[in-house]
Amino acid sequence: MRVFRYDKTFEGLLTAVFYAYTRRQFPDVLIGENDPLPLFADEPFTVCTDTAHAERVWKGLERKVRQRELLSALTAAWLSELPDADTLIFRYIRKIFDYPGDFAYNLGDADVLRLNQIWRKVNRESSYVIQFLRFQKTADGIYFAALAPLYDVLPLTLPHLTDRFADQLWLLYDIKRGYGYFYDGKKPEEVRFADPPEALRTGKLSAEQMAEGEKDFQQLWQTYFQATAIRERLNPRLQRQNLPARFWPYLVEVPSSNRTASR
Amino acid sequence: MGKYTGFRPIGVSFGRKAVFLPEIYAMNANVLEKLKILAESAKFDVSCASSGTSRGHQKGAIGSAAGWGICHSFAADGRCIALLKIMLTNSCMYDCAYCINRRSNDIPRATFAVSELVELTIEFYRRNYIEGLFLSSGVVRNPDYTMERMVRVVKDLRTLHRFNGYIHMKSIPGASEALVHEAGLYADRLSVNIEIPNEASLQALAPEKNFQSVFTPMRYIQQGVVQSAEERRHFRSAPRFAPAGQSTQMIIGATPDNDQSILRLSSALYRRQSMKRVYYSGYIHINTYDTRLPALKQAPLVRENRLYQADWLLRFYQFRVEEIVDDSHPNLELDIDPKLSWALRHPENFPVDVNRADYEQLLRVPGIGVKSAKAILLARRYGRLGTYQLKRIGVVLKKAQYFITTCELPTPTIQEITPEGVRRLLVKPNPRAADERQLSLFFDEP
Repeated sequence: MRVFRYDKTFEGLLTAVFYAYTRRQFPDVLIGENDPLPLFADEPFTVCTDTAHAERVWKGLERKVRQRELLSALTAAWLSELPDADTLIFRYIRKIFDYPGDFAYNLGDADVLRLNQIWRKVNRESSYVIQFLRFQKTADGIYFAALAPLYDVLPLTLPHLTDRFADQLWLLYDIKRGYGYFYDGKKPEEVRFADPPEALRTGKLSAEQMAEGEKDFQQLWQTYFQATAIRERLNPRLQRQNLPARFWPYLVEVPSSNRTASR
Repeated sequence: MGKYTGFRPIGVSFGRKAVFLPEIYAMNANVLEKLKILAESAKFDVSCASSGTSRGHQKGAIGSAAGWGICHSFAADGRCIALLKIMLTNSCMYDCAYCINRRSNDIPRATFAVSELVELTIEFYRRNYIEGLFLSSGVVRNPDYTMERMVRVVKDLRTLHRFNGYIHMKSIPGASEALVHEAGLYADRLSVNIEIPNEASLQALAPEKNFQSVFTPMRYIQQGVVQSAEERRHFRSAPRFAPAGQSTQMIIGATPDNDQSILRLSSALYRRQSMKRVYYSGYIHINTYDTRLPALKQAPLVRENRLYQADWLLRFYQFRVEEIVDDSHPNLELDIDPKLSWALRHPENFPVDVNRADYEQLLRVPGIGVKSAKAILLARRYGRLGTYQLKRIGVVLKKAQYFITTCELPTPTIQEITPEGVRRLLVKPNPRAADERQLSLFFDEP
């Protein structure tokens, strides 16, 4: 069994594709730098991540796939963090290169289909983040939002958020993965906190961290949320279907008794 | 900038200082109460779409408009909350029987000051609660007076505060052309509600309104859209007029009008290029004392759903209204969807071969929608399709199986089973309809 070892980055994966083609040896298993070798494995080939090689593979993909959007399926699958995502992406890229025509549309193929399904799931999660993130204004004028999405989708939401909230400072934080993006009025930058304050673990600001008036606006929004529902048409099942329970703990409008229960 | 709360990552410099609006913390109990009253009054309007306009960020302005709609929350009734749906005032001089804000109702009345509403919109928007504002109003003094005050809100938002998000504004029936035109320069979408699809019924329920007062502002909007499109063809900088077009709403079940008259009206409205959506609102019996209205226990939710399905057939499936409802079938069937109903009436068009049929034919198959039809077109370039492949690409075969042939051995279709047979297979008898405790004697009901 042929094994490739790489550093578990997307560039590393593309470099692995490059070496597979130059060496004409295609791995059966991809493992990370410190992962143990599987049984019956040959001596693994260690991939040194090289941006130039990765770039070249990406360019090749762009030449081969007519509709460029389909390539974002690859990055989306990578951000899904599913355990078998890397081998799936590897197989998919191989099929794209080896098939004489345009293979990316072939939904009859198991790998293409699965990649498209993952792409759809990741896209849905990133639109959930755009829909359901709630900024709270802090005392030093930063709009702060924290949530815990299923997949690592914050990078996918940045183009929309930087366009929409271009004239305010904001911090969007992923509680599950322990990093976030801080927008300083020019561009968003990735930030990590050595010792994250309480609010970055719960997503809730304490009263003294809030800007003046923040509590009032939250209360106004809660009132509006209650008032706009038509009591004669109550449909909690539809509400839950559209507004998944995993986002409830971080929503301003959901009463706090419901927030913790759904964790 | 106040005290340090630990949220600004150390070492990140600010560069250009962000410009903030002068903030007024006038939000008090008074505003809270007004918000509650005016949201309750506005909630029966169905429209909440924030789609149709794509506008990137502009320097010095607040926000953007996404071309697709974004729902920011879902209320307990399962409906999307995309816009701050609110009335400027719920005092109204009209007495429309179906409306919660009619002047003979004894409900709390309130009026927003322009500055309060503007601040509320912007602060909600900055916190990602909403996509923008949906402004409606009761009629005070006269249509023009009311419309003028509404225009002032949207004008303030757009020009004074450079609000770049989405604005949907109701046009008051009977408002003058100049005001509708001014509103169209600031709002993304304008709407006038027809409410009742038949003029005689409308006059009976809303004595102050008639079709003319509804269709005149609609025509103004249409003219504005066409004129602006023409001007923009010559000068790219010409102002846009209601770039997301107009919409309207009809109440379902308040009058004895059948689905044929409703859908005919919708289809006629969709023929105008500016009409983007017709909404259907199942009547809720709120003004229980009014004997002109039917005493419905529950809003006609199934009928509303079937009308939306028929509406989709008109807009995305290339159906004509005569195919969905005709004189022999003036109402939509409640237990099956309109497309299946059409297919059962027209078995001669089936079965359809999924490996050969063109897009239009595939769209007519019950159970195959726009997504499935497109997926089939793509997948069959690479090989012939059988039921296994169809399931794999996400086509649901529950209904479609009786209307298609695949590359596999033929299965019984509508031709073999007959339309009645297919109907029996697809419609499950309602278990609650038959009361098993009651012995039935075989007498025909008169």
